[in-house]
Amino acid sequence: MSDTFTFTVDGVEVAAEPGQTILEAAQNAGIYIPRLCHRDGLEPAGACRVCTVMVDGRPQTACNFPASEGVVVDNETDQLLELRRDIIDMLFVEGNHWCMFCEKSGDCELQALAYRFGIAAPSFPFQFPADRQADLSHPDIWIDRDRCILCGRCVRASRDLDGKHVFDFVDRGPAKRIAVNAEARLRDTDADVTDEALEVCPVGALMKKGTGFDVPVGRRTYDWEPIGSEIEKRQTQE
Amino acid sequence: MDESLEQAVSEICDQYNNDPTRLVDVARAVQARLGHVGNAAMDAIAGNLGIHRVEVESCVSFYSFLSTEPKGEVVIRLCDDIIDEMKGSSRVARAFRKELGIDFGETTPDGRISLEWTPCIGMCDQAPAALVNDVVLTWLSSDAARRIVRELREHMDPQKLVHSFGDGNNAHELVRAMVDNNIRKAGPVVLAPVTQGDALHKALSMSPAEVIREVKTARLRGRGGAGFPTGMKWDFTRGSDGDRKYVVCNADEGEPGTFKDRVILTERAELLFEGMVIAGYAVGAETGILYLRGEYAYLRAYLEHVLDDMREKGLLGKGICGRQPFDFDIRIQMGAGSYVCGEETALLSSCEGKRGDPKTRPPFPAQKGYLAQPTVVNNVETLCCAARIFEKGSGWFAEIGPHGSPGTKLLSISGDCSKPGVYELPMGVSLADVLDLCGARDPKAVQIGGASGRMVGEDDFERSVSYDDLATGGALMVFSHKRDILKPVRKFMEFFVEESCGYCTPCRVGNKLLLQCLERIMAGKGVPEDIEYLERLSENIVTASRCGLGQTSPNPIRTSLKSFRVAYEDMVQEPEGALRPSFDLGAALAEAEKIAGRGSTILNE
Repeated sequence: MSDTFTFTVDGVEVAAEPGQTILEAAQNAGIYIPRLCHRDGLEPAGACRVCTVMVDGRPQTACNFPASEGVVVDNETDQLLELRRDIIDMLFVEGNHWCMFCEKSGDCELQALAYRFGIAAPSFPFQFPADRQADLSHPDIWIDRDRCILCGRCVRASRDLDGKHVFDFVDRGPAKRIAVNAEARLRDTDADVTDEALEVCPVGALMKKGTGFDVPVGRRTYDWEPIGSEIEKRQTQE
Repeated sequence: MDESLEQAVSEICDQYNNDPTRLVDVARAVQARLGHVGNAAMDAIAGNLGIHRVEVESCVSFYSFLSTEPKGEVVIRLCDDIIDEMKGSSRVARAFRKELGIDFGETTPDGRISLEWTPCIGMCDQAPAALVNDVVLTWLSSDAARRIVRELREHMDPQKLVHSFGDGNNAHELVRAMVDNNIRKAGPVVLAPVTQGDALHKALSMSPAEVIREVKTARLRGRGGAGFPTGMKWDFTRGSDGDRKYVVCNADEGEPGTFKDRVILTERAELLFEGMVIAGYAVGAETGILYLRGEYAYLRAYLEHVLDDMREKGLLGKGICGRQPFDFDIRIQMGAGSYVCGEETALLSSCEGKRGDPKTRPPFPAQKGYLAQPTVVNNVETLCCAARIFEKGSGWFAEIGPHGSPGTKLLSISGDCSKPGVYELPMGVSLADVLDLCGARDPKAVQIGGASGRMVGEDDFERSVSYDDLATGGALMVFSHKRDILKPVRKFMEFFVEESCGYCTPCRVGNKLLLQCLERIMAGKGVPEDIEYLERLSENIVTASRCGLGQTSPNPIRTSLKSFRVAYEDMVQEPEGALRPSFDLGAALAEAEKIAGRGSTILNE
């Protein structure tokens, strides 16, 4: 495209096209900006705040902030690394995450990010919420709200990719939770095991039944390389 | 399914043309008719409006004045802000509990009366106060609480609880409220007398571009606290492409300790609406929306009457002031109990019939606001100033106050002072002078700008109220030397935890963690590193939060740590043994002991 422009991420010049977000442009250049609520192909939400970068010294979420000519973006500063670590920590203590018993372990983006950030144990006090209801009603799908991080990927995927509206958030603040398009049970919605919404959950909150251990531990997405390395490889190959 | 429910919901949805963007109004009306918005009602609403049921639930469950569970016919909501607490709300609460035989959050067994706490209802100058359905009751005492319950049991009519009316329009037949204006100082800009139509006629004799230039010349800045230049905002909106443009007035005065908009709405509604019409003319809008906080529902009938009156006089509606082709009309959008809706983009979400989640910026409201069209969002006081600028001239306005902060500022003053109420003072006035004026008693701290503002101590009393120094939306709470400084801080943090929309992680989780640490310190179980923890966590919440709520919610802690650090230091101590004082070993082992069926040997050592 003729009106391509450039900006910098941690001093590295990055090319971008009008309409691209900072995250997209950086990613195309082999720079990984950690993210959790964002996933390629979904409308960005800016909800988890893990992708917070400094744009000309001001905090912005890279997933939904438009790239523009000549801006100076800081990505891996001590301040931002600490900030992201804190956010990841918050998500861990907010829910009930037991990686060692979780069938998503190794494929879980929250867990993978924690490893990437060297988090062995959260620095915030565990909240151990006791009010998070699981939903096992659907024959093929189950919801484990203990593990939900309220990223909203399933909400957007169901709405925008599946053309349904199976999920949405109810209540607010710390009580906010994912709900289904029925009085209570997922089985009373039009959710289907082939829905894209099921593919996008970054954690083990929205799962297909009976497939949890199809891929053995040791051959899972993040078992050998940290999350983000698939993006960073693009840089080294060039 | 219940046919009468179906029928009722269908009628209500019809009233709003089955328009899903009016979901908040629909839900309010359904609740008014049926007492709550239950499962069957949510299904019916979704069916009528052609949206998904979970969208209805998402919205209804967001607002604290809407309920998916049955509630009493009458709901008593006692204000739980810090000023009410200082003025004795706990005694009132006890009397309500005892007289009703229920606790807060409960409904009497006969299903008639519910009792709840609610955050600031904008009556700090006449606290303790409560809402009984839409009716405001002020200056409460334990005697009054008992009387209220007894009277309610007889007639169940909240309006009959009002035995005398307040001053000014509070006594208007469409208001009939016991609320007092408490105007202690009327200034020349907002609270001076109004000749209806004067400002509007003058503004409409100019071209829209001239109108914007006049506002810029006056150097008017937003009165909500952020201080964005109003003329520039109007200019951006005028210059943005859109099929339609909108003017939205933010009357969701939810900042704890703020009540000046309530007084403007009661006494200067004409001026405000003229300001909206002028803004509409300037930016090229045909529709204005007044977003009125749910707590001020008692003013709605009166405000509708003012609008009707303006339509009759040709000051609103088609062909305003006889000059064509300018058409502009205003509708009132009721809020439903949510502080974050005072954030301009959350307010727009709410106007669109959604939960009050703030929107992603960019785009800004001036580019894509209400229904993705260019929208001006201005504070009540700002629009009044704008109107007055056309009546008296931009030069006249710009000469009041310092250069960077022209005009007056309305202050809502409450707390430990002998003359709480509304003061219209020139910008630039010193805090010390304000404290003098309001009869502050032995002031130790002032919370300026409400919960999201800052707590300042004596060292700052010589500073001034202006955009260049202590910028504020206008709330001032005075705390005397006999007060524990940490109590208001805790109250404000509880408030933010309750009012966070929950969209982003730092605000949803971080504020709760801040509150827990503060509670630990106040319980005498804090350690010195807890202070650093508060500082670091606060900074990260401010940096990473998505909207103004999270970006300011740690302010009570940050600013009190700056002004009153010793209050924290006095409460923390180095742990004596290996365990932190906040760690309760007995509690931690209790469940294991229960399962094992025997006592812990560690504990017994």
